[in-house]
Amino acid sequence: MKNPLLPYPVRIDDIKVETEDKSLKTFKFVFLNPEDEEKFSYRAGQFGELSIAGKGEIPIGIASSPTEKGFVKFTVFKAGLVTSHLHAMNVGDVMGIRGPLGNWYPWDILEGKNIVIIGGGFAFTTLRSSIVYMLHPDNRSKFKDINVIYGARTPGMLLYSDELKAWEARDDINMHITVDSANNDPNWKYNVGFVPTITEKKAPPADKDTYAIVCGPPIMIKFTQPVLDKLGYAHDHIIMSLENRMKCGIGMCGRCNIGKEFVCKDGPVFTLDQLNKMPREY
Amino acid sequence: MKVVKIDKENWAEGIEKIKESYKVFGPSKSKEFHLFKELEKGEAPDLNFLNTRLSPKSMFFPQSEGILCYCLDPNKKDECNIVKEIQKDYSPKAIIGIRPCDAKAFTLVRPNFDNEEYQDPYWIKAYDSITFIGLACSNTDDSKKGMPCSSCFCTSAGCGPFNEEGLDALIVNTDDGYIIKALTNKGEEFLNKAELSANSNADELTANINTLKKQAEEKINSFVETDKLKDKILLDLHSANFWDDECFACINCGTCTYVCPTCWCFDIQDENYGDSGVRFKQWDSCMYPLFTLHGSGHNPRSTKVQRFRQRFMHKLKYYVDKYDNGIQCVGCGRCIRLCPVNIDIRKICNIMNSYEPAA
Repeated sequence: MKNPLLPYPVRIDDIKVETEDKSLKTFKFVFLNPEDEEKFSYRAGQFGELSIAGKGEIPIGIASSPTEKGFVKFTVFKAGLVTSHLHAMNVGDVMGIRGPLGNWYPWDILEGKNIVIIGGGFAFTTLRSSIVYMLHPDNRSKFKDINVIYGARTPGMLLYSDELKAWEARDDINMHITVDSANNDPNWKYNVGFVPTITEKKAPPADKDTYAIVCGPPIMIKFTQPVLDKLGYAHDHIIMSLENRMKCGIGMCGRCNIGKEFVCKDGPVFTLDQLNKMPREY
Repeated sequence: MKVVKIDKENWAEGIEKIKESYKVFGPSKSKEFHLFKELEKGEAPDLNFLNTRLSPKSMFFPQSEGILCYCLDPNKKDECNIVKEIQKDYSPKAIIGIRPCDAKAFTLVRPNFDNEEYQDPYWIKAYDSITFIGLACSNTDDSKKGMPCSSCFCTSAGCGPFNEEGLDALIVNTDDGYIIKALTNKGEEFLNKAELSANSNADELTANINTLKKQAEEKINSFVETDKLKDKILLDLHSANFWDDECFACINCGTCTYVCPTCWCFDIQDENYGDSGVRFKQWDSCMYPLFTLHGSGHNPRSTKVQRFRQRFMHKLKYYVDKYDNGIQCVGCGRCIRLCPVNIDIRKICNIMNSYEPAA
């Protein structure tokens, strides 16, 4: 019997500081046992449990794409005991990863459709996974127009700055980057304003072939939802990724449930239509 | 399957025989109440009890259980920070004297730990290593201890004083002996290993059991209504206005969750001892505010009423909707008897079952 609570051993292969306040770092992990990488086959939208012996485990969305082979990446915000310890670790250190866990964006439905990705803050990590996946040469033709609306508090808080520039330069994806405040940066050439405001201005019109994927802090989701309603997006065309306190990650420990659904197993991806039938305990 | 009747004098001898094949656990009086414990040499289970204060769920779902271990010594390069499974004892065990409600409870819990997607090896292996020998709630002349408690409502909670689900054998305590009915192969094996000198006429004994069962069921006079729960709209019940009133006295102590045989919530924590450590799985409770507190500080169930509602909605609506397997309660009544502020699941269940949202 496979033990779903036992992490795969991994080595930290690279660490990249993402934001100017150093609160977000991207960790690139390599599996110590190559066969474990195969077992960790994932889809964009899933998460894993980062496991540090002696400190505990934290559920984090997978930032790398299934099309990127040989490693797995996670972007981690320094918040508590485990994440602080992780931020103090070095390249070459060994730890564990459990997963992949949870469901994923419904790629079978999304193929052949226009996709608008709306993300804010560090929730953008699983959206990076989706963007890299969709832009891969094997997959790009499976999707129609791709729009990305991504906001952070300030320019220095934007994740994946090099990749943002590369995506900006491509003509098969429309990037709409925004910040709450540009801090009077004279070189800031993108939008200034909250994500819901930019969504109202830049999101493509709603139709049966357009799906919105929304991931961000609760306040952003709260104010983006009425904008999408105003733009006419059907609730089964709005796909959200939730975050709840999770521990086991496999629907057993009982803490992340919303109604009869477990965010860790039945989610984290739900359509707004599904969420409307669930208590607002998230 | 075998049905035997044995003399009570032979009982202790059979128990000793059983100890050669199993680790034997049974109810034992500790100060003022009964608990399940491993029986020592020469010790027989004490079957004169109403019900144990705690169910025997901790035998396969311990309150705190080391599951994984690790080394933190940087000098041991090959194993430092690698988490490994702890080898455990899954040798055969027998629980003698478990009440039918508790045995049924664990069958309600099983889909949480053993489903198509994931299997918890700790729960499953420990549960499967046990032979469950039940004790029917029958009344006898020499002891009134088989009487149902005033808070027992098993017959309307999908269970009953002679319920056989989850049991490998059922013991019926009669005036002149124990009738033991094997229900599974494991139960039959148990009887064979006990080598009890039996006096059996299966048809007569089965008729006898049925009579006692009817008598016992008639003694249960406390009921809950559950027939309409499945049809209720989840969000109607969730937003109902009775929760504030019903939770007023609750102090979120968590007693109800710890004594409940069908509560399964747990936490996972690491505990270090110098250069090594153990990852533990331990009981937790939806009554506690830290249970759902996010790293960001946001807490989706930050208030008492939200946590109170969660417990009853989980047992009486979410479980019903998810598994279509009845309510997540067997009517053992422990949460009623042991609640320090007299909150009664029967009342909440009946309110939920009859709730109609305002037009």
